[in-house]
Amino acid sequence: MGSYNWNWPILLKSPYFGWIVSGFEYTCLIAVLAWLIAFPLGSAIGIARSVDNRFARAVGTFYVDIFRNIPLLVQMFLWYFVVPELLPHDLGRWVKRDMPYPQLTTAIFCLGLYTASRVAEQVRSGLGAIGEGQRYAGMAMGLTGFQVYRYVLLPVAYRIIIPPLTSEFLGVFKNSSLALTIGVLELTSQARQIEEYTFASFEAFTVATVLYCAVTLLVILLMRVIEGRTRIPGTITVGG
Amino acid sequence: MKLMFAALLGSLTLAVLPMAASAQDGPTMKRIAETKTFTIGHRDASVPLSYIGPDGKAQGYSIDICLKIAEAAKEELKLDKMEVKFVPLTPQTRIPLLTAGTVDIICESSTHTIGRSRQIAFLSTTFLTGSKLLVRKDSGIKSLDDMNGKALVAALGTTNEKAAQVEIDRKGIKLKGGEIIKVKDHSQAMLNLDQGRADAYVSDDVVLFGLASAAKNPAEWEVVGPYFSYDPYGMMIARNNDDFRLVGDATIARLVSSGEMQKIYDKWFMPGPTNINYPMSDRLKTNMGLVALPE
Repeated sequence: MGSYNWNWPILLKSPYFGWIVSGFEYTCLIAVLAWLIAFPLGSAIGIARSVDNRFARAVGTFYVDIFRNIPLLVQMFLWYFVVPELLPHDLGRWVKRDMPYPQLTTAIFCLGLYTASRVAEQVRSGLGAIGEGQRYAGMAMGLTGFQVYRYVLLPVAYRIIIPPLTSEFLGVFKNSSLALTIGVLELTSQARQIEEYTFASFEAFTVATVLYCAVTLLVILLMRVIEGRTRIPGTITVGG
Repeated sequence: MKLMFAALLGSLTLAVLPMAASAQDGPTMKRIAETKTFTIGHRDASVPLSYIGPDGKAQGYSIDICLKIAEAAKEELKLDKMEVKFVPLTPQTRIPLLTAGTVDIICESSTHTIGRSRQIAFLSTTFLTGSKLLVRKDSGIKSLDDMNGKALVAALGTTNEKAAQVEIDRKGIKLKGGEIIKVKDHSQAMLNLDQGRADAYVSDDVVLFGLASAAKNPAEWEVVGPYFSYDPYGMMIARNNDDFRLVGDATIARLVSSGEMQKIYDKWFMPGPTNINYPMSDRLKTNMGLVALPE
């Protein structure tokens, strides 16, 4: 690194500072909105994979197999470049030309659907960990299937899977960087842009790294708080 | 002082200054002498300047010039043998690898700018280009002025994107969607254009000619518009490296004086292996005259 010319103040100069801020905002926006898709959808699919109905189980399994087995980068490409070509001509044209924020919308949608498949597996394993006994006990008491899930199984399952769900939530922040491949100006792509303009590579990527770490640490803290608040004494061992 | 030096360098862009700069020998020549290897950093798809050919080897206009610089370095250091190594680079890895000394010189298609000169140094300009637009022939677009309500795509962080933005702001052009669509690289820009997401792609004209010649149906495409940016290309080396810079700039000067530069140019551009057919512009001819310093 003998000849590298460190230039930290450049990050505070216009327009680079603004780029970092806007990139960070996009990263958070993509991650949060994708999570809002992933969590309910993933929960629904996870539940579908645990019910008695064979059809629902098949649909859930199919979804998880498709979305979990295709690399996220490839999925981004498929949604952005291939799917619009398969749509009816007018709709495809609308998606390509008139849909608001086409890159951003596609990225959020794609990341949300992908993460949903991972959340679904966590929910399914949470439900599996409870065992069949509680389900039968609930049914013996005359609860409907919905009530068994709502009042017996899910409250415990969600508590069990808070630690792995934390990882998925962190993953959504980190995976949002792949949105740059379809042209969303999130944090990583802004770091790249600064690098291209100024060649200050180390500074730009250092600040991106620090911001990713900061936001993921915040998520970890948040999930710890949720875990602590929702703990039912005597049910789950205390974990980190 | 650094700032002034960079500003001077950028504004002159000519080879006059570097040789006169205060003598400061850098690490590159020493490293070449010790390891008896000369390492060239190159790109994979900057056709026809620096790319990986069908045989899997680095080739192109910039590579040929750098091979001459390698020969000159070997002679200067009086080495009995010297190996030339090639390292493929991406825009993200090139500066770290150059400053860390993994590569001695980067031979591709990089625009020499003042901002970039703060981090690394450029040899004499060996190619000149500028921003133009690639459009469908039947689109009716003849220049940026026709882009009102149309979608423009650019590669992220390129000097072309910056120049287009300045022109758009200056002329008050209202693009579709309000801003330039930014993509990762040439092939994605072409995909956006091909699929009708965008109406024009802004890049260096030499790149656009290359893309059009490589398209499924080259006759469908057209490069239009007056230049609205000035993009001088130069080889990149580490800063504070005067002995190596002298070898590089002297080699370029001698290649031009001997007429060999024209032969290298014709080999890659007239019409060149990718049939690009891009005659040397008058500007580039003038530039070549300026970099051909006397002995």
